[in-house]
Amino acid sequence: MIGHKQKMVDNNQIGDSSEQVIRTVELSKTYPQMDVPAVDKLNLEVGKGEIFGLLGPNGAGKTTTAGMLTTRVIPTAGQAFIGGINVRKHPTLVKQLIGVVSQQNTLDRSLTVRENLYYHGLLFGMGVKESARVADELLEKFHLGSWGKKSVFALSGGMAQRLMVARAIFHSPAVLFMDEPTAGLDPQSRLALWEILQGLNSEGQTILLTTHYMEEADQLCNRVAIMDHGQILALDSPVNLKKSIGADAILTVRVEGDPLGLIEVLKLSIDGVSASREIEGGVEIQVSETEKLLPRVINLAESNGISILDISLAETTLETVFINLTGKELRD
Amino acid sequence: MAYSVTPTRTSIAASRIALGALLRRDLLVLRKNFGEFVGRTLMQPLLLVFVFLYVFPKIGQGIGGGSSNAGRGESAFATVLVPGVVAISIMFQGIQSVAVQLSQEFGFTREIEDRVQAPCPLWLVAVARVLSGATQGLISAVIVFPIASVVHAKGVHANLSFHWWIVLTLIPLTCIAMTSLGLLLGTTFEPRNIGLMFGFVVLPLVFLGGTYYQWTRLAPVKIGGFHWLQTLVLINPLIYVAEGMRAALTTTSHMHLYIIYPVVIGFVVIFLALGLRNFRRRVLS
Ligand SMILES: Nc1ncnc2c1ncn2[C@@H]1O[C@H](COP(=O)(O)OP(=O)(O)OP(=O)(O)O)[C@@H](O)[C@H]1O
Ligand SMILES: [Mg+2]
Repeated sequence: MIGHKQKMVDNNQIGDSSEQVIRTVELSKTYPQMDVPAVDKLNLEVGKGEIFGLLGPNGAGKTTTAGMLTTRVIPTAGQAFIGGINVRKHPTLVKQLIGVVSQQNTLDRSLTVRENLYYHGLLFGMGVKESARVADELLEKFHLGSWGKKSVFALSGGMAQRLMVARAIFHSPAVLFMDEPTAGLDPQSRLALWEILQGLNSEGQTILLTTHYMEEADQLCNRVAIMDHGQILALDSPVNLKKSIGADAILTVRVEGDPLGLIEVLKLSIDGVSASREIEGGVEIQVSETEKLLPRVINLAESNGISILDISLAETTLETVFINLTGKELRD
Repeated sequence: MAYSVTPTRTSIAASRIALGALLRRDLLVLRKNFGEFVGRTLMQPLLLVFVFLYVFPKIGQGIGGGSSNAGRGESAFATVLVPGVVAISIMFQGIQSVAVQLSQEFGFTREIEDRVQAPCPLWLVAVARVLSGATQGLISAVIVFPIASVVHAKGVHANLSFHWWIVLTLIPLTCIAMTSLGLLLGTTFEPRNIGLMFGFVVLPLVFLGGTYYQWTRLAPVKIGGFHWLQTLVLINPLIYVAEGMRAALTTTSHMHLYIIYPVVIGFVVIFLALGLRNFRRRVLS
């Protein structure tokens, strides 16, 4: 039914720039009685076929941004366009083009699982027969086939989430919005949902999701905008974002006593130390040269009379990028 | 057409389709829960007519201006009460099917979040609920009326007669007025405050809504020369509904129709305007 689109390795190429699905111009929102804007002059473009992630900590303005794009939050300045249509001026047209999965369970409690899909089809102008056919198709595709006649109360959190996704894409929206899609899901359901989203994307579905899980942004998104205080701090593919910090790995060392001494020692004796910071009971150092790093660090520490409790080397993550940009951790 | 970035329908076409689907959904839910619907619709009217028109005459409890003259007072009271009971049941549909439902959908099931993504203007989502609620009001009037008019003790007779053109115009209109009131209440009260709504809004409306007495009969309640109660209850929409039902279903005296119609229409406008404003405020930020 839908042409398959090859998932490209170089994520920068993803998204056909000739067909923008989302565009914002200086989009801003200041809630009444607030002195700081929740979203501050946001300029964003999302191309057809992308999975685009808004990554940021609590209160970064992710939900507000998604809200302005889905007609629910009225911007105080700037513009938002879906498929070139001004969201503020033509909300009814825009609503034909979008599918929305919100943070809470918004399934219709009075209807069965299948009816939740079927009536959504009618709502968006599908005929009775077509809606019934697509409902059955999607139930199978989302592994809810045997649940069709059940009440939505019977569904687990993960299944309810899948049903909400199925409902949101029922009318083949130009873009699917998902606010914190996997918040509150167990790891298994999270993986299942990631697979579903990747599957949809490979069929051509454009997706904008918000998240504060950096793994989610990393694994799932073609491009990620890192947000804080209503502004975009960095925007690129996860690969490029991680490259941008100029380090290949994070070395974490916990020591007895004062860890600051160790930082000095390492900075002097090891090449490629790009940044360092103190963490509880130790230090975290970004390094680009990892060859035989651990033995060298242990030796250096010993010869300087510092005793190491624990040492580990990990790949850089978007978390590292975020820390570099803001000086604080993504998760508090 | 898949993933197309241009809408396939005009706003108007999409809205018309969405309205149809919203109504179909509400009617499906009504059909599914019809037993429950009939039960809650009938309970209150049945109890009212049972106590007032069956038990009271049996035990000789005086009501309707004296129990001595062989059922005449009771019959007059029955004639007043039966239309009143129909009015109450129309009002309760507005409360149950719109106010209580909406309050829950806003406050705790969050179902409204999804419904407002329907490809139509926000106000139409609210109006759809008002219309389907009004349909339920109509159905309840149709089932309550015959039952209210047959349950009574021997010798008690409600003097009923249909004035068809009033029945066919005023009942739908009052149904819409009461579901519009439901929209206003449902968008005002949080689910945890529903008790307050019943205590401080619904009960006063019912007891001071002219369901058990005619409005003209309130004249003797006065301080100095001022008919304070009769004046006060004029702000109660249920008064006009009850008096309207008397005009539609009986031959007893009632408020003039040229007061009832415009006032009920006025209430529709006010309740809808305030209700839609609330609805918009609750949905958008
Ligand atoms: N309806 C509202 N009224 C007033 N302030 C609000 C409202 N909604 C959000 N805010 C404020 O706007 C800022 C951004 O909130 P938003 O919900 O967009 O953040 P978020 O990135 O989605 O955070 P989270 O991860 O917690 O969901 C916060 O400071 C929040 O307190
Ligand atoms: Mg949020």
